[in-house]
Parts: sequence; C-alpha cells; structure tokens
Amino acid sequence: MKSFWALLSRDVRLAVREGGAIGTALGFFLVVVSLMPLGLGPDLNLLSRIAAGVLWIALLLAALLSLNRIFEADHEDGTLDVLATGPLPLELVTAAKSLAHWITTGIPLAIMAPVLGILLNLDLAAYPILVATTLAGTPAVSFLGAIGAALTMKTRRGGLLLALIVLPLYVPTLIFGISAVSAGAGPTGLAASFLILAAISLVAIVLGPLAAAAALKVQLQ
Amino acid sequence: MQLIAEDLVIDRGSRRIIDGLSFAVKAGEALVLTGANGIGKTTLLRTLAGFIRPFRGVIRLDGGDDELTLGEQSHVVGHTNAVKSSLSVAENAGFWNTYLDSGEDSPSRIAASLRHFGLEDLSDFPAAYLSAGQKRRLGLARLLVARRPVWLLDEPTASLDTASSERLVAAVNDHTSSGGLAVIATHLPLGLERARTLDLAAQRMAA
Repeated sequence: MKSFWALLSRDVRLAVREGGAIGTALGFFLVVVSLMPLGLGPDLNLLSRIAAGVLWIALLLAALLSLNRIFEADHEDGTLDVLATGPLPLELVTAAKSLAHWITTGIPLAIMAPVLGILLNLDLAAYPILVATTLAGTPAVSFLGAIGAALTMKTRRGGLLLALIVLPLYVPTLIFGISAVSAGAGPTGLAASFLILAAISLVAIVLGPLAAAAALKVQLQ
Repeated sequence: MQLIAEDLVIDRGSRRIIDGLSFAVKAGEALVLTGANGIGKTTLLRTLAGFIRPFRGVIRLDGGDDELTLGEQSHVVGHTNAVKSSLSVAENAGFWNTYLDSGEDSPSRIAASLRHFGLEDLSDFPAAYLSAGQKRRLGLARLLVARRPVWLLDEPTASLDTASSERLVAAVNDHTSSGGLAVIATHLPLGLERARTLDLAAQRMAA
C-alpha cells in the first residue's frame, strides 16, 4: 500500500511541477467552449439548450489531450520497467497512474466546467448538478483512457490513434452525463442518470486497470 | 541461492536469438555476458527479468522467495536510467526507496547510496541539470536504495568515467560478497571479483 501512495503522490507531484498537461487541458477546454457562442450566434435560448452537451464534449476532448502521457513518459525513461518489477502488481500500478490522472486533470476540469457554463447561458439550477456529474463521470474518462494509453504507448504520434480507441468507450458517460445536466430530465430522470453515470465510473475503475495492465504486459516485451 | 536457466530458447519476431542456453549463477557470483552487438545480451536480461516470455526453457531462482517472481527479486538496470528530470536527486532516490523497499532506516540508506555514487553534494539539485554520467550514477544508486538479491545490469558503465566505474565495481563486489548474485552485460573488462564470463557468441557457435 505504501508503494501505491508513493507512486500516486509522485505522479501528482510531477504533473503539478511540469504543469504543461493541466494547463493545456484547461486552456483547450476554455477555447473550445468560448468558440461555441461565437460560432452559433447570440441566441441565448439555443445556447442554454445545448450547454450541457457542449460542456461535456469539450471536457472529454480536453481530457484526451493529456491521456497519452500516462504511460509514455515512464516508458521513455525506463521507469516503467522498474515499476513492473516492483512489489506492486501491474494492475495497481495502472490504477495509481489513472487515479493520478483523474486528480490532476479530471478534478480541475470539473471545477472549471461551471465557470464556462456562464459563457453558454447554462440554467442556474444546473450548476451544482454539473459539478456533481462531471466529478462522478470523469473517473471513467481517466480509467478507460488508461487502456488506450497503454495500447498506444510505443506508437509515435499515437494521440490520434488513442482518440479513435478511447472516444467510443466514452459514449455511455457522455449520454448519461448530458442527460443528468439537461434541465428537461426532471428530478427522477436526474437521479437515474446520475446513478448510472456513477455506476459507469465504478465499472471503469475496476476494469480499466486490469485491461491496461494486460496491454502493458504485451508492450513491455 | 542459485539462479538457474535450463535449455533456454528465445525468439524475437521470427528470429531465434538464444538457442539452447543453460547456465547457473550461485549466490556470491557475478556472471558477465559478453558478445558483439545484437547477439542477445539485452534480450537475455529482459527474459530473466520476466518481460519477455521464452519460447522454451526454464528460469528459476533456487532458494529465493517462492511468493515472488524472479523479476520482483531483481534490480533491473537497462539502457535508460528511470530518472525523472523534474524531481531532485534526493526525491528520485527517495521515491525508489519507498516504492521498492518499504523497509526501515530509509533516510540513512538513501544517504549511503547517494554517497557511494558520489552524489551527496547534488541531492537537492534537480535531476534535469545532471550530466549524462551523473544521471547514470543516480540510476545506479537505485541498486543500493533497496535490497534485492539479484542484480540484472545491462551495460551499466555506459557514459561513466573511470572513477565512477570503479564505484560500480565496488558496489557489485559488496553485493556478491554479502550473498547476492549479479548478471551483467558489458563490453568492457570490469575487474570484478568472483566473476565468470559467458560468451554468447561462442555459445551460439556451439549450438
């Protein structure tokens, strides 16, 4: 367990010190969302109707940007070989690294989402729901993304390939994330969507590290 | 303790790299792998570490911990140093100490390993500013921050100066004299005590 925390805190510290990944993700999120009103015109009703969808899609794309670095950096400098021969099973190594990605990317994006909601005239009542759903939904983004990151670890410029592999896996998160935030859902629809969203994240937290570890074992050969 | 490989056959892609290799390394011994580039030294070391599955043959550590794989009882030092540029020298060593060892007296162990490789004055220095040789020494300091019975070293003296190579040789001699064993791929004569040489080229000719 000590090894798990050591790896988690090292990854978080590296992300904070290097800063690039968090900054790029937040900047990309900001730019994509602020382009929307410019492109669609100042129709406030239209904007508030599509706000949830735009925020979720932009959030997923922003999270994708830093996904490829989860394993790539450690593979390049040989750290991954040592991590794999350490006392921690490879499944827990991938879990720790996915969790670090969520802490350094998922949480900042979830906190930023309501700020960007202002740009899209998001309904005021939806703000707490937006924060709750992005926080509950983003673990799936990091843990499923780790599978793609492990598969494309050795590929030069694997970013696009990674997006092709991972984006289809995000469809359930996207659908239930948007339906929870959309005002039309009503209280019962909200509860159902939110619970399914949380369930998707829980399944991803269990299955993502297993699949990513299997992919890493092949890649390390 | 004894590291035994029996009738080892290793393929990479469709090429057979190692064919019918058998050897044994006893505790207190170092095995030096020699042979031209591409003969299979790195492949053999990565197979011993458990990354590559051999096509045929058995690798086992007699007298080791049965609960752990050979890789989990080995220090693996490859061509890369596993050093993070944005962490300081002490943070790099400290991370490997906590991650690999989880044992007692960690601060003194870290300090001793940095001192052995002549890095004690640089401990607060970001690893990004180290020279290639200093980075290599930091990578090698990992051998001493956590105790493991088997060392698998792949050209450990790359980019080291003479004095640093001697520090490495001293570390390996200490390790073998305290009952550890080592397998080292190298092109240079290192002057190790209790070392045997396995020439992979000669072995391939015989096979």
